[in-house]
Amino acid sequence: MAAAGLKDRAAVTGVGETAYTRDTDRSQLELTLAASLAAIADAGLEPKDIDGVIPYGAGGVVAEDFITNFGLPDLRYSALTPMGGASPVAALQSAAMAVATGVANHVLIALGRGSIAGGRITSRLAAMPQMRLVGEFEMVQGCNAPAQFYAPMARRHMALYGTTVDQFAEVAMTCRRHAERNERAMMRKPMTREDHHASRMIAEPFRLFDCSLESAGAAAVIVSAAERAPDLRQRPVYIGGVAEGHPDSPSAITQRPDMTRFGLARAAPIAFRMAGVDHGDIDVAQIYDCFTWVVICQLEDLGFCAKGEGGAFVEGGRIGLAGELPVNTHGGLLSEAHIAGMNHIVELVRQLRGECGERQVADAEVGLVTGFGDLGDGAVAIMHR
Amino acid sequence: MTTTADDHARLPARPRPEPDALSAPYWDGLRAHKLMLQRCHACGRVRHYPRPLCDHCYAFEHDWVEARGEGRVHSWTVCHHAFHPAFKQALPYALVTVDLAEGVRLQAPLRGSDPARLRVELPVVVDFEDIDDTLTLPCVRVRA
Repeated sequence: MAAAGLKDRAAVTGVGETAYTRDTDRSQLELTLAASLAAIADAGLEPKDIDGVIPYGAGGVVAEDFITNFGLPDLRYSALTPMGGASPVAALQSAAMAVATGVANHVLIALGRGSIAGGRITSRLAAMPQMRLVGEFEMVQGCNAPAQFYAPMARRHMALYGTTVDQFAEVAMTCRRHAERNERAMMRKPMTREDHHASRMIAEPFRLFDCSLESAGAAAVIVSAAERAPDLRQRPVYIGGVAEGHPDSPSAITQRPDMTRFGLARAAPIAFRMAGVDHGDIDVAQIYDCFTWVVICQLEDLGFCAKGEGGAFVEGGRIGLAGELPVNTHGGLLSEAHIAGMNHIVELVRQLRGECGERQVADAEVGLVTGFGDLGDGAVAIMHR
Repeated sequence: MTTTADDHARLPARPRPEPDALSAPYWDGLRAHKLMLQRCHACGRVRHYPRPLCDHCYAFEHDWVEARGEGRVHSWTVCHHAFHPAFKQALPYALVTVDLAEGVRLQAPLRGSDPARLRVELPVVVDFEDIDDTLTLPCVRVRA
């Protein structure tokens, strides 16, 4: 039972998003509702068909907002998955559980980010309960933002395994090349290795072009019970395997026995076993990319290569559109927009539907999406058409 | 290398710890220029950061021990961008993650050496900086 678990019990039946911009005069709630309406329409549903809601765990929008604005007659399931950038993929697991057990039929997962004036990254983080220890012991001495939290993980990975800044650049340039083919992407100007190396240092070893964007916008997906999915408007994209995982010392990277391994390393074997697929079966992968190095580490934790070999793995065009494992075909958080990885789920679904135009991976049948968040939480979903 | 209150009066207010009953002995220890670590009273394991329960034997009871103040570099970052305005004037500054001799880690800024010297396993010692009358923070120096 445990191995099969949620295999093919749920499908993503609708996806939607707003425009992605640097800033906005629309509220977080307004953007979230707009993306949600787009996803509901994409599925061929009406707002009143939604009976489950999982808003973004990092606050702002709550399930009650959807009842109020959509006039939902019978919201039977609501949950939060407060895992930062791992929240959307972890929410796929929660939604799949809800529809597989009949608790709900159509669960809406929605995430929006409003105006920068609503709070830059540092002020948002300081208020989060999972950041309490970091707040008391690390922020007080100038360790205030994810670039600074994660840099020591990357630096140690470089020291132990010889990972290089050229390999970081490979991730950034690959995402940019894919964004050039995506009209929705915020950053479409070509990036060379020299551009990457010339970008200003933020927190060594991270330069500006190793860091994701700050964006305004929203994205949403609908997860439906597998038996209901074929009756809807789009070809269903089934969730074959899904899992979340948490690292040791989840509230302080500083105290983690092995800071070069994420919670994803625990989730990945469960998801692959559940889906019954091997790494070679994955046609396309959307890997959470808040920082370039985080992609490299996750490729290892997913098992595409051994620990320490992620840097070499991303070289030679392997993660490009024509490569062995096309990664972040939309441009990712580095070049499309930072919608906390909800945009990664949307892109995977579109790839598996074959809707991606000039960035479409030929014959994409099976794909994978990860989330990474807070201080190393992870989640992964393996989906297929 | 003590920074005076006058220096800080001109800077934006820095984020400050809000100690609770569990962490107060750590912060009080720093004020006395001692690095205090929480120790399980039942099984003797040292743990950091402070928390209510020993994850090995599940005892709530604990006491505090003074660390030797010695360790080795586990990792580090050199910050070139201030994500909080209070730290802008200090740029660039290195934050070092230290494997303390007691088996837990400390994160603290590097003082007295060029960050280019930092390497994994480099021996360091813990020192103290009085930020103002009520706050002392740890820092580390490369061992002579």
